[in-house]
Parts: sequence; C-alpha cells; structure tokens
Amino acid sequence: MNTTRFSAGMRNETTTWSLIFAAWLVASISTLGALFFGEVMQIPPCVLCWHQRIFMFPLVLILPIGLFPFDRKVVRYALPLAGIGWLFAVFHVLLVAGVIPESIKPCTQGVPCSQTVIEWFGFVTIPLLSAVAFSAVIALLVLAYSRSSK
Amino acid sequence: MNRKVLFIAAAVVLLLVFLVGTLAYKSEKTSQSVQLAERSPANLVRMHSPTIGKQDAPVVIVEFFDPACETCREFYPLVKMMMAANPDRIRLVLRYAPFHKGSDKVVSMLEAARKQGKFWPALEALLAGQTDWAPHHTPQVGLVWRHLEGLGLNLEQLRVDMTAPEIARVIAQDLEDARALNVTMTPEYFVNGKPLPSFGYAPLKKLVDDALNEVHRR
Repeated sequence: MNTTRFSAGMRNETTTWSLIFAAWLVASISTLGALFFGEVMQIPPCVLCWHQRIFMFPLVLILPIGLFPFDRKVVRYALPLAGIGWLFAVFHVLLVAGVIPESIKPCTQGVPCSQTVIEWFGFVTIPLLSAVAFSAVIALLVLAYSRSSK
Repeated sequence: MNRKVLFIAAAVVLLLVFLVGTLAYKSEKTSQSVQLAERSPANLVRMHSPTIGKQDAPVVIVEFFDPACETCREFYPLVKMMMAANPDRIRLVLRYAPFHKGSDKVVSMLEAARKQGKFWPALEALLAGQTDWAPHHTPQVGLVWRHLEGLGLNLEQLRVDMTAPEIARVIAQDLEDARALNVTMTPEYFVNGKPLPSFGYAPLKKLVDDALNEVHRR
C-alpha cells in the first residue's frame, strides 16, 4: 500500500518536472528565435517586441532553477512573467490584425509595431509566434501546478 | 542525474541549432549579395561618384558611406592607409548612403564643395568634426558650417549650390543603388565587385589583399 502510494507520488513528480521542462524548452526556443530575428536577421525589434522579450527571456533562467533541484514553487514565480508577456503578445497580435486602432498604438518612434516583417504561410507573424509561445508556457505551467497540488 | 543529462543535452541541441542556423543564414546572405553585385555592376559604380586614386588602378574599393556614421569615420583613415601602402594600385569610389536623418543635407554640402574642387578636404574636415556637428547621431546642418571654414571654400556659393537638383538626383540614385545591392548599413565595402563576407577591418583588409595578389599573379 505504502509503496504504491510512493511510486504514484514519484510518477506525479516526474510528470510535473517534465511539464516545467517542456515550458523551459518553449521559452528557450522562443528566446533563441527572437535573438535570431534580431541579431542574425537584423530585424529591429519594435517597442512591443521588447516588452515581450522582457517577460520571455527570464523564463529561460528561472525555470531551470526550479528544475535543479526540483522545486514546484517555480511555477508561482514564472506564471506572472508569462501572464504579462501573454497580454503584450495578444495586444500586439490584435494591433497587427487591425482589431486595435492605430490611435492607441504605443510606438511613437523607431519601428512601427503594426508593421509586419515576416509572414509565413500567409498568417504566421512574429507576434503570433510570441502569443502561441506564451500560451504554451502558461498552459504547461498551469498543468504542472494542478498536477502537483493534487 | 538523468534529468540533468536531458537538460544539458536539450540546451546543447538548441544552441547548436542556433549556431548552425546563424552560419547557414550568414553564408546564404553573403552569396546573395555576391550574386547581387555580380548581376548588377552598373549599381556599383556610377560616373557621378567622387573617386580618389589612380584612374586605372587594378583594385577598386566601392564604399557606401554616410558622413554622420561613426564607423565610416573610423574606417576612413584605415582605407587611406591601405591606399598609401599600395600606391597607384587602389582606387576608392565613394557612394552616398545617408541613412541618418538629415545626413542627405550634409551630403549636399559635400557635393557642393566638390563643385569648388574641395570635396576631399571638406570630407576630411567633416569627419574630423563629426562629434560636434552630429551630436547623438543627429546631423545638424547649422553646426556643419564652421567646420567648412578655412578650407578656402566660397560658402555663399556652396549654400546656393547645395540645393541644385542634380545633387538631389545623385543622392537619390546612390540610395536606389544601395537598395538594389541590399546595402542596409554603413560603411559597406565592395572590393572589385565583391562584398565583405562579414563586417570588420580584417575581412576588408583580406579582401583587398586577395585582390592585390590576384593582380600581381596576372
């Protein structure tokens, strides 16, 4: 009886760890992708892109700190970052899509945020990639949190 | 332990993908600009461009430059040094790429100085005083004038000449050629039609040395 409960707990912990690890993978791929667009392809990031970077980049460091040694509380530290980054990303997507009017566009100088630099398959833009990445990180972290609190 | 291996392996794979992607992208870009320069030699050298060095020098360096660009200022003496070390074998052709806002006005002044046969002294005076007339990378025409004093220029005449439509046409043509050759940063160099594989003094020096050696062998 005792051993089964113990192994179930172990399995649960492993799943939680894997979910947080997956969130780290998403954050790392996004970070390297953003650096590729900015530093290699030399696409200047607009103001909104910078705000999203501010909330994505730290996840690459914070999440592994919770992985080694495993500390599921890292979810609580990472979620606010991912959440605010997600808000910026969604705002950006809506801006590019034209749902949000130009007049409340916060970018006044430099690169306009409403400008589309990359469009793959006719609909994949950088802000969309960002929104998908933040959504995935949030989903994985929330899943990890609910798993571990059970 | 297993987790650590997994994590490190993932990190290494991600970094490798990034590095390979970067190298692939760079080499793709380089071959693209090589092809661009080969396909459109007309975009590279125009009759109207200021040039220094022997007319039939075997090595021609085409430089897209902006008088307000700091790196252009730093590279100018380096290119001059290469030319001095190889007398009569290198010719420098300057093309305008006034990417800084307001820089086109400064280029007009240089072109107007050229009408009085004082292009190179004016250019050198402007580069020397760059930090003064372009504070925080913002060229200010009003601050340029005093740097043109003492060169024997007729500044009244220059003020009139700089608004000439043919000067505007030269700048427009150079900017158009820069766009056609995918020049997005200054300075950008082409040595006998070849673009720099990566930016820096060492790659420029190597490209020039290779071109000089090639001439030598022939």
